[in-house]
Amino acid sequence: MKEKDEKTRRNFIYQGLKLGLLTAIGGTAVAKSLRDEEMVELMDTDGNLIKVPVSKVEEHSALKGDDYNVREGFPNRKFVMVIDLARCKNAKQCVSACNKNHFVTGDNAWLKVYKMQDNPQSSPYWMPSLCQHCDKPACVKVCPVDATFKRRDGIVLIDNERCIGCRFCMAACPYSVRVFNWSEPEQGEVVANMEYTPDHAGAPSVRGTVDKCDFCPHMIAKEKLPHCVSACPNGVYFFGDMYEDTVTNGDETFQFSKLLRDNAGYRLMEDLGTMPSVYYLPPKDRQEDFEKGLDNYTEFESVPKAKKS
Amino acid sequence: MKTFEQLTDDLAPRKFGLYGKLWIGFLLVIIIGAVYAYYLQFTEGLVITGMRDYSLWGIYISNFVFFVAISLVGSLVTAVLRLSGVTWATPLTRISEIIAVAAIIMGGLTIIIDMGRPDRILNLFMHGRLQSPIVWDVIVVTTYLTISILLLYFPLLPDLQILRRKFKSNKKLSKIYARFSLNWNGNKEQKRIYNWSIRTLSVLIIPVAFGIHTVTAWLFAATYRPGWDSSNFGPYFIAGAFVAGAGGVISVMYLLRRTHHLEAYITEDHFDKMGKLLVMLILVYIYFNVNEYLVPALKVTEKESAHLQSLFYGDEAWLFYTVIFGGLVFPAIALLFKKMRKPFPIFIIGVIVVIGAWWKRYIIVIPTLLHPFLPKQGVPKSWHEYSPTHLEWLITWGTLAGAMLIVTLLVRYVPVIPIHETAEELGIEEPKNTTKDEE
Repeated sequence: MKEKDEKTRRNFIYQGLKLGLLTAIGGTAVAKSLRDEEMVELMDTDGNLIKVPVSKVEEHSALKGDDYNVREGFPNRKFVMVIDLARCKNAKQCVSACNKNHFVTGDNAWLKVYKMQDNPQSSPYWMPSLCQHCDKPACVKVCPVDATFKRRDGIVLIDNERCIGCRFCMAACPYSVRVFNWSEPEQGEVVANMEYTPDHAGAPSVRGTVDKCDFCPHMIAKEKLPHCVSACPNGVYFFGDMYEDTVTNGDETFQFSKLLRDNAGYRLMEDLGTMPSVYYLPPKDRQEDFEKGLDNYTEFESVPKAKKS
Repeated sequence: MKTFEQLTDDLAPRKFGLYGKLWIGFLLVIIIGAVYAYYLQFTEGLVITGMRDYSLWGIYISNFVFFVAISLVGSLVTAVLRLSGVTWATPLTRISEIIAVAAIIMGGLTIIIDMGRPDRILNLFMHGRLQSPIVWDVIVVTTYLTISILLLYFPLLPDLQILRRKFKSNKKLSKIYARFSLNWNGNKEQKRIYNWSIRTLSVLIIPVAFGIHTVTAWLFAATYRPGWDSSNFGPYFIAGAFVAGAGGVISVMYLLRRTHHLEAYITEDHFDKMGKLLVMLILVYIYFNVNEYLVPALKVTEKESAHLQSLFYGDEAWLFYTVIFGGLVFPAIALLFKKMRKPFPIFIIGVIVVIGAWWKRYIIVIPTLLHPFLPKQGVPKSWHEYSPTHLEWLITWGTLAGAMLIVTLLVRYVPVIPIHETAEELGIEEPKNTTKDEE
C-alpha cells in the first residue's frame, strides 16, 4: 500500500507540476452530480490524495508565460530546496552536473560538497553548499547597480551584462557561494556565443563579473528539476514550490513543511537573518560511513582539470 | 620687518631644481610602469593580481582606504583647527588641502582600478541603487572632492593675483594666473564673499569628511564578517584617518620647508605643536583599537577567534604587532619628548606613521577575508592565502606616485604658504599702486 502511495505521488509530481493544484474542491453534492464523469487523482497541500472530476481541473498556464520577466520570475511560485545531509555520501555527481551544465571552467565550483565537523565530539558529515537564495539576501542589499537581484519566486540571480565587478556581493555573502571570473572564461566558442540570459548563469560567463548558482530557472521553465537534484544518485536534494508545500528529488515527493517538521530541518546561519530558501536536514541515521566519501574528497579542487574545455 | 616684496619672493612658487626634476622623473617612471601594468590588467583581467575568490579584495581596496584616510587631514587642519580658533596652523592649511585633493583624486581612481569591469562605470549612475554603501561612497567622495578643491582654490584667489603681478615678465604664466584669479582686486565686496565662502566651506567640509570615512568604514561594517562586523568601525576609521593625515602633513611640511627654504614661516614651533597634536590623535586611535581588538578577544566567539588568532599569534601577527607598536605606540611615546618634536626627528616619525597607517589598512581588509564562515575548500591551495603580485604592487605604487606627483605639481605653481593671509597676519601692507594696475 505504501509503495502504491509512493507511486501515485510520483505520478502526481510528473503530471501535477504541469497541471498545478486545484483551487477549490467541490462538496460531496457536486461530486455526486458529477459521479459519472471521469475522475483524476490529485494531492492537496496537506498531502492527501483526492479525486476530482476532470472537468473541474483547470490547467495552469505554462510556468513561463509570454509576459515572463527575468527580474520578476515565475508568477505565484516560491522555490525552495531541502538537502538531506543524512543521505549525502560525497558522490559529487551534483558538482559534476553543475560544472558541466553551467560551463564552470574556473577553479572554484558554484556547488561544493564541504567536509564538515561542528565540534570535536560530533561526527563529521558531508554538506553540499550552493547559493542559499536568501529572502533577505546580503548580496542584493549591497549591489550598487542592481546587477544581482531577488525575484518574486525566491530566486536570486546575477545580470552579468550589468555587473561592474566590485565584488561587494562576495564580501557580503556569508556562505562564500559567489565566484569571480578573474580571467577570460575558457568555455569554448559555442558557449561564448550563446544568447545570454540571467536565467542560465554561465552561458556564457563574462570576465570581470560575478557568477553563482542560479537555482536553474532554465530547467524549471522546461518543467524539469535543477541539474544537481536530478544528478544526485542518493536523492539528497529535494526541490519544490513552497506554495504547493511540496518538494521532490525526482523519485520521492514529500510535503515540504512536514519534512522539515519531522526531521528538524534548519537553515545555515539562521542568526544572521538572511532567511535562506535552502533547508538542511541533519545528518542523523546515516546509511553509510562518512569515511567512504573521503575517496572522492579533493580539498584543493572542485572543478576537475580534465573536464575543462 | 619684511617688505611685501620680500614676502612674495620668499613664498612664490619656484622652478624645479635638479633634485626636483629627478624627483618628477622618478615618479613618472613608476607611473608609466603602473599604466603598463594596468593595461595588462585591463586586457587580461584581475587574474594578474593576487586576489582570488576568498581574498576577493586586496591592496587596491586597502590602498583606497588609506587614501581616503589621509585626505581627511584637509578637513582637520583647515576646518577643525580653524573653527576652534587655532591660528598657528594657518601656514599649514594649504599643504593640508593639497594633500587632501591629491589623495582623494587618487583614492577615486584606485576604486576604479579595483573594478572588474571599469568599462561599465556609468552603470553606477544609470542603475545606481541608494541602499548600497558603494553608492553612498560615490556620492560622498565626489562631494568631498568638490569641497576640497574649492577650499584649496578660494583662499588662492588673492595669491594668484599677487603671482600674476610677480611673474609679469612671463606673459604666459602671468596670463594663466590672471585667468584663475577671477579678477580678484581685494575690494570690500569681494573680501566679504571670500571670507563668507571660506567659512561656509570650512563648516560644510566637517560633516562631509566624517561622512566620507564613515561610509568607507561601512563598506566593511555592513557585512557579517568577523573583524568587520563592528558598530565601532565609523569612529575607529575617522580616528585612524586623522593619525595618517597628521603624519602626512608633518612629512610633507618638513620636505617643503627644506626645498622652499621656509624656515621663517614653518617654524620649529609648528613641528612641536603638530607633534603634540599627533600624540593626542594616536592616543584616541589606540583607544579605538583597544575596543576593536580586545573586546572581541575577551569574548572569543567562534567566528571571531580564527580571525583574532591569526592576528595575535598567526600568520599576520608580525605585521599586526609591527603596525600597532611600531606605527602607533612608539611614535606616541617618542613624541612625548621635546627633542623628538624637532623637525628632523618628527619628520622620520611622521613617515613611520604614514607607512604604518598604510599597513594598518592592509590588516583591516585582508585577514578578515581569509577567515570566512564556511571552511575554505575546493579551491587551489594558493587561494587560501593572499599575496599581492608584482604587477599589483606596481599599480599600487603608481597610485601613490600619482598622489605625490599631484602634490609636487601643485607646489610648483601655487604658494605653499598663503601669501595674502601671511601678509595680513604679519601686518604687511600690499603696495597700493600695484593693486590697481591692469595688464
